[in-house]
Amino acid sequence: MFMFIVRRVFFALVLLLAVSFFTYMLFALLPSDPAALTCGKNCKPDVIAANRIRLGYDKSLMEQYWLFLKGIFAGRDYGAGAAAFSCGAPSLGYSFGQHECVTTLIAQTFPVTVYLSIGAFVLWMLIGISTGAVAALHKGKWQDRAASIFTSIGVSLPTFYIGLLVLFSVVIWLGILPFPSYESPFENFPTFLRTMILPWSVLAVLSAASYTRLTRNGMLEAMNEDFVRLGVAKGLTTRIVLRRYVMRQALVPIVTIAGLDFAGLLGGAIITESVFSLPGMGKMSIRAVVESDLPVLVGTTMVAAVFIVVANVIVDIAYGYLDPRVRVK
Amino acid sequence: MSQDVVLSVQNLTVVFHTPDGDVVAVNDVSFDLRRGETLGIVGESGSGKSVTASSILRLNNSNTATTTGSIIVSGVDVLTAQDSEVRRIRGSEVAMIFQDPLSALNPYYTVGKQIAEAYLVHHPRASKADARGVTLDMLKKVGIPSPEKRIDEFPHQFSGGMRQRIVIAIALINNPKVLIADEPTTALDVTVQAQILDLMKDLQSEFNMAIVLITHDLGVIAETALDVLVMYGGRIVEKSTVEALFSEPTHPYSWGLLGAVTSLGTSDRGELVAIAGSPPSLISLPAGCSFNPRCAYALDICSAQVPLLRSVGTQGSVTACHLPNNEILTFGRKAASR
Amino acid sequence: MSSDIALQAIDLVKHFSTGSSGFLGRATNIVQAVDGVSFSLPVGKTLGIVGESGCGKSTLARLVTRLIDPSSGSVFLDGVDITTLSGKALREMRRKLQIIFQDPYSSLNPRHSIGQIIGDPMRIQGIVNKANEKAEVQELMQRVGLNPEHYNRYPHEFSGGQRQRIGIARALSLRPSVIVADEPVSALDVSIQAQILNLLENLQKDLGLSFVFIAHDLSVVRHIADQVAVMYLGKIVEVGDSATVYNSPAHPYTKALLSAVPVANPSLRNSAKRIRLVGDVPSAIDPPSGCRFRTRCWKATDLCEAVEPPLQADATGRVVACHFPEEVPVSVG
Repeated sequence: MFMFIVRRVFFALVLLLAVSFFTYMLFALLPSDPAALTCGKNCKPDVIAANRIRLGYDKSLMEQYWLFLKGIFAGRDYGAGAAAFSCGAPSLGYSFGQHECVTTLIAQTFPVTVYLSIGAFVLWMLIGISTGAVAALHKGKWQDRAASIFTSIGVSLPTFYIGLLVLFSVVIWLGILPFPSYESPFENFPTFLRTMILPWSVLAVLSAASYTRLTRNGMLEAMNEDFVRLGVAKGLTTRIVLRRYVMRQALVPIVTIAGLDFAGLLGGAIITESVFSLPGMGKMSIRAVVESDLPVLVGTTMVAAVFIVVANVIVDIAYGYLDPRVRVK
Repeated sequence: MSQDVVLSVQNLTVVFHTPDGDVVAVNDVSFDLRRGETLGIVGESGSGKSVTASSILRLNNSNTATTTGSIIVSGVDVLTAQDSEVRRIRGSEVAMIFQDPLSALNPYYTVGKQIAEAYLVHHPRASKADARGVTLDMLKKVGIPSPEKRIDEFPHQFSGGMRQRIVIAIALINNPKVLIADEPTTALDVTVQAQILDLMKDLQSEFNMAIVLITHDLGVIAETALDVLVMYGGRIVEKSTVEALFSEPTHPYSWGLLGAVTSLGTSDRGELVAIAGSPPSLISLPAGCSFNPRCAYALDICSAQVPLLRSVGTQGSVTACHLPNNEILTFGRKAASR
Repeated sequence: MSSDIALQAIDLVKHFSTGSSGFLGRATNIVQAVDGVSFSLPVGKTLGIVGESGCGKSTLARLVTRLIDPSSGSVFLDGVDITTLSGKALREMRRKLQIIFQDPYSSLNPRHSIGQIIGDPMRIQGIVNKANEKAEVQELMQRVGLNPEHYNRYPHEFSGGQRQRIGIARALSLRPSVIVADEPVSALDVSIQAQILNLLENLQKDLGLSFVFIAHDLSVVRHIADQVAVMYLGKIVEVGDSATVYNSPAHPYTKALLSAVPVANPSLRNSAKRIRLVGDVPSAIDPPSGCRFRTRCWKATDLCEAVEPPLQADATGRVVACHFPEEVPVSVG
C-alpha cells in the first residue's frame, strides 16, 4: 500500500509539472502581446517595451517558463532599479491589470470560493443521498417518480438560468432576501449567510440531482446482491442491513465521485459566482478573460489543476481504503 | 432417529406480480421436516425450489410477491408473525446458505466480524470478546486452517471452498434447528463439493440439525437425502424416500431425470434419454399438468386437469400424475433400472 | 504427423503476468496457467479434458483455437503449425477449427438476429453468397434442432438450451473438421444437457467431426469422450481412453476426483470409500516444486518434491505423470 501511495504521489507531481508547462505555453503562445496588455489602450510604445523587459517577456519562451516555475518555489523579482518589485513565493506571476501579484489576488479570492464550495457540497450531498435513498426504498412509488423528476430537472437546467431565476424571484420579486453582497464570515456573519444561502441552494439543488440518481441506482443494485439477502437471513434489522450492507456498498463510488466534483468546484464555480456577485476565484477568472489578463489566467488554471490532481490522488487512495478488494498488496 | 417436527410447510403458494403478469412460482407446496433429517428438493430452473427455500425465512419481497399458506417453525407461523419474531427466527432457529459463495459474503467487512455479527444479533448481551471466541471455535470446526490469522481477513482473500465454509460457519453459529442449503455446492469444484457435503453431514450429526437441501444434482441427493421432493413448474410432482426415488420413481418427470443423468459407470455410449422440450415458462404454464407437453405418457386428461398428489406403491411415495398406479410402478422400475 | 490425427498440441505454455510492485510497476506474479501441455486428437473422436477450476483447461481451449497466443509451444492442425499463422492464412484456418463456449447467455451478440449470428461467418468467409445464405442458415438451424422460421429472432427470445444450439450451429457454419467445446453443457439444466450431448454425438457421427470436450463434470465426459486427459494446475497428469482412466485411474488425483463425484445410487451411500483431499488447490502463481499434486497427495515422498514426474506410459501401459501410480484394481467393473 505504501509503495502504491508513493507511486501515485510521484506521478501526480509529474502530471502537475506537465500541466504547468502546457498551461504556460498555451497562454504564452496566444497571439496577443502580453506586454501590450499591460497598460491599457493609450499605451506608448516605449512604455510597452519597458514593461516587456520588466516582466521578462523579452526572454525566450523556455526561459520564461523556467522563471515562472522557479518563481513558484522561490518568489520572483521583476524589473530593476527603482521600479523593481517582487512577488514572494509561491509566485504565480504578476497582474498588470490589477497591479498585484497573482498569488495575492488568489489569496484574496480563494476563501470565497472555498466557502461556496464547502457549503454547496455539504448541502448537495445531504439532499442527493437522502432523496436517492428515499427513491430506492420506495421504488416504483410516487417518491421514486418525484425523485426522478427532480433528477431530470436538476441535470438539464443550466446554472445561470436557475441562478438568475432564483435571484430574480427571491430578491426582486418576493423581496425575501436583500441583494447578495459578500462579506467575510469573520467580519459580518449574518450578511455572509444571507449572501451565501442562495448560491449554496442553487448549486446544491442542481448538483444533488446526479447524486440522487447515483444513490438510488447504487442502493438498488446493492439490495439485489446475495450478501444483502444473507444479512437479512441472519436476522439483522432493516436499519442495520441498510447501513452495513446496502449503503456501505452504494457509497463507495459516490464518495469517490463527490471528491472529484468538490475539487472541480474549488477551481472556481464561475457561473454561480458571476450571477451572485461573489468575489471568488471564478469571478476573477472571468474578469481576467475579458481583460486578457494572462498571468491571472495562468495562475487560476494552475490552482484549479492542483486541486483536481490532488483530489484524484486522494480519491484513488480512498477507494483502496473503502473497498478491501481493491487494496494493492 | 428423529422425533419432533421442526418445520412444517402447508399449502405454500407464492405469486410474483410482474409487469408481464402474475407468475405462480410456488403452487401449493406442503412438507414436514423432522429433527436430524435431510430433505432433498430436486428441480431444474423454474421449478420453484429456490423460492420455496427463501419463503421459509420470509425473504421474498412483499411488494412484488404474495405469499400464502403457513410455515410453522417452533410454533410460530413465519408468514403471519411480527417482523421482530421473524427476525428472531432468522439465523437462530432457521439458517440459510446460498449457492454462490463468492457473492454471499459482505466484501467490506472481515470474515470474523461477519461471523461475530451473526452471533451478536441473537446474543445481544455477549461481549465482543465472547463473540470472537465463539467465532474462532466455529472457524476451527468448519475446517479453516490458521483461524487466528484468517479471522481478520476479507472474503476475497479466501477460495470458493473456504468461503462456503465461512458461510456455513455463519449459518451454524447459533445452533439452528433447521439449515436451508440452496444449491450449496453447485458453484464449487467436485473435490471441494465432496468436502463441503462431508462437513455438512458431520455438523448435522453433531448438532442434530434438520437440513433442507436444494439441488439439481441427483448424485448429491442420493448421497445426502433421506426424503426427496421433486418439483416441476412450481409444484411438487413427487414425494418419496430417497431409496424409492432411485428404485421406483413415480412420476414421468423423475423417470426423465434419472434417464438424463450421466454417470461414471456408463460403459455404453448409448443415447441419453433426454426429455423433449424445455422447462416451462412460469408466466404461461401449460393447462392441466404442467409437465404434460413434454411427457411421453400423457393422456387426454393431463392437459385438462391438474393431477393431485396421491399415494402410490408400498414405499410411501406420493405422486401427482394421472397415470394408473400399476403403470406408474412398472414404468418407474424400468426407468430406475436403466 | 499422421493423417489420422486431427489436432495436435505440443508443449503448450501460457503464462499470464498479474500484479505489480516496486516503483515502476513491474509484474511480480506470473500465473502459469498452462505449463507444458501436449495431446493428440484422432480424427472423428472426442478427447475429453477434465479438471477443476484453475487447472488451465479454459486457457487451453483458447490456446488451441488461437483465441490467445501461447507463450511457447505449437498446435498442429492438418500438419500446419497454426501458432505461426497470421492474416489470410489464419482466417482460413478458422474455417477448420471452431469453438463452442460455455455460457449461452453471454456468447451470443444480443443485438444480432440468429440469422446474422449463424450466417455472418459463412458470408464473410465466402462459403455462401447473399442469394443462398438464408437457405444454408435455415438448413443448419434444422440440423441442430431449431425451428428455421425463427431466423429473424434475437437471442433473448430463446431458452438456454436453444441458445447453446445456436452456438453449435454457428460453430458448424464454417464446416470445420475440429470443434473445441469449452464446457458446453455446464450452464444447462440436466434434461437439456442430455439433449445437447445427444445432438453433439449425432453431429459427430454424421459429419465426421473431431471434438475436444472440456468440462469439469466427470460423468458428462465419461459419457461423451473416447479419450480423457486429466489436468491439474496447468499440466496433464493422466491421459488414456475413457474406460481405462475411469475404471483403473493411474494418477492419485484422478482417483480422488472420481471418488468425489456423488453417485446417483443411495444404496452405495456409505460403501464407496471416498478419498478426502485435504486443503485447497495451490496457487498457479507459485506452484509446488516437483510434482504439483504432492501437497495434497497421500503418498507424496521426497522424490515427489524434488523431481517432477514426466507424463509417460507406466508399467501397465497407462500414460500418467506420477512416481507412484495407482495399481490397476484386481476386479474391474
